[in-house]
Amino acid sequence: MSDMEPVPPQAPEEPAAVDEAAAAKAAADNDAAVDREMARKTRRSFLVGGIAALAGTGAWAWLRSRRLDDGVPWPLRIGLRVNEQFWRDWTGRYRLARTFAPSDVESPRPNGSAGLDDDVDPDWKLAVDGIADAEEPLSLTLAEIKALPKIEIITELKCIEGWSTVVKWGGARFQDFVAKYAPGQANPNGYVALETPDRGYYVGLDMASALHPQTLLCYEMNDQPLTDEHGAPLRLVIPVKYGIKNLKRIGRIAFSNSRPPDYWAERGYDYYAGF
Amino acid sequence: MLIYWANDVYRVGWGSFTLFHFFPDWVYKTFHFGFRLAEGMAWHFAFAWLFAINGVAYVAYTIVSGEWRYLVPNRNSLREAIQVTLYDLHLSKTHPPRRKFNGAQQFAYTSIILMGAGSLVTGLAIWKSVQFGWLAALLGGYRAARVEHFLLTVGYVLFFLVHIAQVIRAGWNNFRSMVTGYEVVVDEAAQ
Repeated sequence: MSDMEPVPPQAPEEPAAVDEAAAAKAAADNDAAVDREMARKTRRSFLVGGIAALAGTGAWAWLRSRRLDDGVPWPLRIGLRVNEQFWRDWTGRYRLARTFAPSDVESPRPNGSAGLDDDVDPDWKLAVDGIADAEEPLSLTLAEIKALPKIEIITELKCIEGWSTVVKWGGARFQDFVAKYAPGQANPNGYVALETPDRGYYVGLDMASALHPQTLLCYEMNDQPLTDEHGAPLRLVIPVKYGIKNLKRIGRIAFSNSRPPDYWAERGYDYYAGF
Repeated sequence: MLIYWANDVYRVGWGSFTLFHFFPDWVYKTFHFGFRLAEGMAWHFAFAWLFAINGVAYVAYTIVSGEWRYLVPNRNSLREAIQVTLYDLHLSKTHPPRRKFNGAQQFAYTSIILMGAGSLVTGLAIWKSVQFGWLAALLGGYRAARVEHFLLTVGYVLFFLVHIAQVIRAGWNNFRSMVTGYEVVVDEAAQ
């Protein structure tokens, strides 16, 4: 601010009339100096501000116009991947999702029917593929899933669209299923692929989330057998992920060392989609 | 209150009466927002970092430079803020004091920072609602945290509207001072 201080008025040495004229001249000179200085600062600041605004707009336009990587501009896809790696590194693996009291249970809305266009096959079986190609795929009946210890939990299904609903689920822990039917398949850095019988809907899960103790192969909802629109005969319940990962009507489960395809991740969403 | 994005769940109303629905069709049409949830989320979770870093840097600067003294309300600010509001609404003729920031500004500029912190906290509780389940519980649960996050955003829009209106009203010398950091003042003693 020092360069903005007004020029001090001349000391009065002359007679009053001359003194007044000198003071007026000094004041006018000072005003002119202030105006010049302010104009300079204004030009400079607006130039800098203008360049900053242009740079921001340019960056925005650049980002928007990048090649799409699975439905979003590639720099934003990198952003999603970085977020995923950050949270997978940083957060505890077995922190549990909140569970609710029976009085909190709601009647869930069905949402999304991708992969459910056909009628349910009365001879439905669950196909399980391992990593090693040599192994024969398993074919499991619902009774074989139900033979695993039954778990009942009340959790909140959170939709990526913004709503959520509290539901009581009944089924087998995914980790128990792996221990019994696919031992040795759970590479901690690997992935699990799930798909509907018609392959119309498919999700990929990181192994830590799949083996989370609240991840269920679910056959009951609010104490009733699953209805067709909610994924009969067997669906995935994974409270540490958004609803899009809770695949309905599982036809096939496969273990993989690389990322399996994911229906919504191909359409611009985050692959991880985890809480 | 029902949100936003792909599923219009938020509204302002009483019982079955809806005063305002988030969001009306014209919002989607004007900004071409329709069916772009995935893209919106990708932007949201990239720029949330920028928002956080920018906020921390701003607060750190105001502390280091001592500028916080102009911004944080003191014991006179409330009385002054009321006086400023009455003056601006033409209900009082007492001109507010001519200082860098008056009481109303101090409240506004401090609360916008607290709101920013609130957005980070509620956002984290929603985004990582299992890892930060305790935070979501502290905020009244997942759904409550969503509503709080949304209300803060409504608050920014209102702040923005008042801010722009006040800048236009205050005129060129004030706007120039916002951009340059310097204001031309008339030295009464020298006149």
